[in-house]
Amino acid sequence: MDGGGVGAVADRLRARLGPEVLVRDPVELATYECDGLGHLRAQPGLVVLARDRTDVAAAVTECARAGVPFVARGAGTGLSGGALPRADGVLIVLAKLRRVVEIDLDSERAVLEPGVANLAITQAVAADGYRYAPDPSSQQVCSIGGNVAENSGGAHCLKHGFTANHVTGLEIVTPDGGTVRLGGKAVDPPGYDLLGAFVGSEGTLGIATEVTVRLVRSPEAVQTVLAGFADTDAAGRAVAAIVADGLLPAAIEMMDALAVTAAEAAVACGYPSGAGAVLIVEVDGPAGEVAADVAEVESHCLAAGAFELRRAEREADRAQVWKGRKSAFAAVGRISPDYLVQDGVVPRTALPEVLAGITRLGAEHGIRVANVFHAGDGNLHPLVLFDADRPGELEAAEEVSHQILALCLAHGGSITGEHGVGVDKATAMPSMFSADDLDTMQMLRCAFDPDQVCNPGKIFPTPRLCGEAPGRRRGVHPLVEQGLAELY
Amino acid sequence: MDVLDALAAACPAGGARRAEPGDAVDGVVPRVVARPAGIPELSSVLSAAADAGLAVVARGNGTKLDWGLPPTTLDLVVDTTAMAGVVEHTSGDLVLRALAGTTLAEVQSLLASHRQWLPLDEVVPGSTLGGVVATALSGPGRHTYGGVRDLLIGVTAVRADGVVAHAGGRVVKNVAGYDLAKLFTGSYGTLAVLGELVFRLRPLPVARRFVQHVVPPAELSAALGALRRAPAAPTALELARRGDGPYVLTVLLEGRPGPLEARAAELAGQLGRPERSDEVAPPTWGALPGACTLKVTAPLAALPGLLDVAGRAAVAAGVAADLRAHPGVGTCLVGLPDDVVAVGEVLGALRRFLGGTGWATVLRGPREVRSTLDVFGPTPGLALMARVKAQLDPDGRLAPGRFVVAA
Repeated sequence: MDGGGVGAVADRLRARLGPEVLVRDPVELATYECDGLGHLRAQPGLVVLARDRTDVAAAVTECARAGVPFVARGAGTGLSGGALPRADGVLIVLAKLRRVVEIDLDSERAVLEPGVANLAITQAVAADGYRYAPDPSSQQVCSIGGNVAENSGGAHCLKHGFTANHVTGLEIVTPDGGTVRLGGKAVDPPGYDLLGAFVGSEGTLGIATEVTVRLVRSPEAVQTVLAGFADTDAAGRAVAAIVADGLLPAAIEMMDALAVTAAEAAVACGYPSGAGAVLIVEVDGPAGEVAADVAEVESHCLAAGAFELRRAEREADRAQVWKGRKSAFAAVGRISPDYLVQDGVVPRTALPEVLAGITRLGAEHGIRVANVFHAGDGNLHPLVLFDADRPGELEAAEEVSHQILALCLAHGGSITGEHGVGVDKATAMPSMFSADDLDTMQMLRCAFDPDQVCNPGKIFPTPRLCGEAPGRRRGVHPLVEQGLAELY
Repeated sequence: MDVLDALAAACPAGGARRAEPGDAVDGVVPRVVARPAGIPELSSVLSAAADAGLAVVARGNGTKLDWGLPPTTLDLVVDTTAMAGVVEHTSGDLVLRALAGTTLAEVQSLLASHRQWLPLDEVVPGSTLGGVVATALSGPGRHTYGGVRDLLIGVTAVRADGVVAHAGGRVVKNVAGYDLAKLFTGSYGTLAVLGELVFRLRPLPVARRFVQHVVPPAELSAALGALRRAPAAPTALELARRGDGPYVLTVLLEGRPGPLEARAAELAGQLGRPERSDEVAPPTWGALPGACTLKVTAPLAALPGLLDVAGRAAVAAGVAADLRAHPGVGTCLVGLPDDVVAVGEVLGALRRFLGGTGWATVLRGPREVRSTLDVFGPTPGLALMARVKAQLDPDGRLAPGRFVVAA
């Protein structure tokens, strides 16, 4: 490391790559102050608009040389601040790397640059009867590189899996500026599954410059059932019965009355009126199996007290059913000036208890909570509503949001199902993992990034000093406490 | 204190003893064997081993000790069979938590009574969950259900220094922290000793049908292409060929009895009348062929060519290859006799054919074969892997020399 800071990195990159890839103008820099977690902002010291892998490697090499931290950014849709820049660092933007490098249907793989939008993959192969399975709600804009960083899920991951299950190859630029290929079109490269560890590492182990994903055959049939219930308890009973019967729908989504009201106001989705809870159950597979599964799903819904059932078989009808669900986050803007999105997970069987707990928490703090969630896998997205102009409401909303996570953990769940830890939940990690757990995870970090220049400050509340001998250690490192070591 | 005394003190319930010749790991006899009765004892045992600087290999039922390479040095075998049992199974959550010494068969029999299963084929009978995870062992069902890495959602492991570490969790959907479960999967016990494992489960299918077709070699590519486009949506495929005989393609269909028959009929329309159609798997299903087994992975499109090369190379080397491929996954097992020259020639031919687009490794076989040949072959990212190993096991005491990183 030769010091010199962002200025030195800018000078060297200008010489190596030309001025057109650099952004230093404060007005332009403001565009990159935050990702989808809008309330946390920082103006990056320098932005590099990479054109290709060579630019990425050059930027990382210069950062490593100068000991300057860097952060990768794709489409900037992340909801945990994983792409939050640093004033003392470089933001490497991958949005221009949007080339579909190869579609190999015979091998059922697509090779992509990291800036390719998630939905663009499916669009490129849909005519041939294929798709890319993970479908986060932001799929029209979110990038595959960002999906790799966050191990993105989506409504259909209940049956079809997450990003980690669908990536077979990566080319990464490691934090020292080198390039390593992990996997490829073939599965199971020899050695440790570094690919598996990299996916979901939130940009802290390096930058993916090429991604190879699995393409899967589109199912022969897809049918979607929309069911209206008096309350979330009744809808929850239907979910439990569906699962107990051995059915595995592609998606099971639930929205409570407040979320339905908001969606109705925003997109007129035409959900059953007066519903205290709405369930969307989608089944896919061979036509004969799907027909039988749907009939059983409907009978379980009726037995649990559904007062209205609709079956969508045609693509247009299914899109109408999903419209309300997919617009839910934005729709709460219609019923509340401000809101916080939470992302917790509980075991599916704990859902009724946790939902009751959330209602209780809201009532205690005088805060409304709209619930939209992936009921099949217990991934909750409570939308905590507040008005920032009313004194104390933000604090109350934050407290409710915080308590919801505690509730999830108390039931054996997780602090994040798909949005990631980022900066948003780094301080919550010790409530889910012990100091030893976090220390062990950071050994992986130290193997990839001993100087901790790659997206520092994300995921872990306290960085591990990579030079020290491993062993039992708790709390703040003595060197840090004495002010002898600097933490990023 | 003597090492044995220290280990015995570390696991009072499970006990420790001097090793016997039968405790050899791939021909290397340890000094002592400890049998911790749970994760706290496992932690104490590994702490004691760290204090004494012992080289350690973890052993479940010992069914795959002739995989990978022999340890370069070995003092202590940690027998995990007393660390067994299902810790938690809430059927409504489709999640199972069990100790690493539990056998896969035991888990499946418990789950079957709930009409569920851990969708991993029992490739090597008697395997413990720990052994299955350490070797990333899956069978034809990977086509639909994924491999071990896709099903393992949480792990508790004990580091070389005795520290207990968790990653993942008990819920299917969870992105908090690094996914160490994937890092440990297939790491052959060289990064940590597995203590407790959490898996996602699947409902048992109502009905199963194994449909077998005989495919002449010249028609293989066309048959696989037709199958890929078939709406019958197979759960798994296995392609077998012995010597220069025809290919036998087994298709597993799962679902409800009625629609299943319709799908089987559709398939017959595409592939011709089946030779065999049965509710139970053929005996070869998922089994490892040969006295020596090579594992080869390749892009799906390269599989027919790969099988051809494997067959021809075996013939050229004067032996018959017993091939098992999983065409939807892109894996191929090449069964060969105990003949180091022949195995070396086939391995070389496969690596030349793949040219870096896939990987050929010696999965298992007689020690002479493995110690003579380059078992793992070229390993992309090896330097990074060595750094991971050095972080987690800086003294190189966990299964030294058993895997890709020499230490």
